[in-house]
Amino acid sequence: MTKKITMSALMVALAMILSYIEVLIPFSFGIPGIKLGLANLVVVTALYLFGARQAFTISIVRIVLVAFTFGSLAALFYSLAGGMLSFLVMMLLRKVKGFSIMGVSVAGGVSHNIGQLIAAMLVVENLNLVLYAPVLLIAGVITGLLIGIAAKLILPSVKKAMRD
Amino acid sequence: MKRKDIILIAVFLCVALAGLIAVRLIQSTGGALVKVTVDGKLYGTYDLYTDRTVEIKDELGYNKIVIKDGYADVTDADCPDRICVDHARIHNDHESIICLPHKLVVEISGGSDSGIDAKTQ
Repeated sequence: MTKKITMSALMVALAMILSYIEVLIPFSFGIPGIKLGLANLVVVTALYLFGARQAFTISIVRIVLVAFTFGSLAALFYSLAGGMLSFLVMMLLRKVKGFSIMGVSVAGGVSHNIGQLIAAMLVVENLNLVLYAPVLLIAGVITGLLIGIAAKLILPSVKKAMRD
Repeated sequence: MKRKDIILIAVFLCVALAGLIAVRLIQSTGGALVKVTVDGKLYGTYDLYTDRTVEIKDELGYNKIVIKDGYADVTDADCPDRICVDHARIHNDHESIICLPHKLVVEISGGSDSGIDAKTQ
């Protein structure tokens, strides 16, 4: 039990760092405020390691902490939109037979961006933003793939470390 | 990587490709008006072919929009990432420059196929 709490805390910290460094990478598709979603790596790993409830807690705690430490209320809104949609999609897809962590991760990446896009569209009340969707889709697939590969690599080691 | 994963990725990419083509088509005609919206409310509508500078300074922040030679561009802003400033200038219908922290949308509208066949100057 303590191990689970400690691991979760570690994962929140890791997710926070990932959230921070993606701000340092000048990655703009001309769509302001929309982030890469590197912290998803932690959420995916937690999902496959601990299950949905734990992963959800880690995700929410990370989003709130990041928004309050180096974000804003607006950032919280976009982050929640992307994070929650992404989590929902990943949690559901994981239950579907025939999808591996790669597919789940890609779906997570895509829905993370779409969630943020929808949030942005609501904030500026402008339908024109939907024109950015294709670019965000592609970006979501790419980050999802990279995160999926990373998660697939680290999951066995983490599982082993948990056992000791 | 399983079979369904690959199908999912392929579907996403195909939709994205179709979307890109659609966006290109939608943004292919020249525009006539520059519509500036702040926080969902119309701030002003300007002729795309009349050179002008629009400076917006409100509690959300500062943005400078320059309309010149039939193009609209955001040339200065005090938002943290300045993505709006980095954005290339626009002049086709349905193109837009957005400053999300300032809830600013600069969009081109009123192109030749949008139903406007005359407007008073």
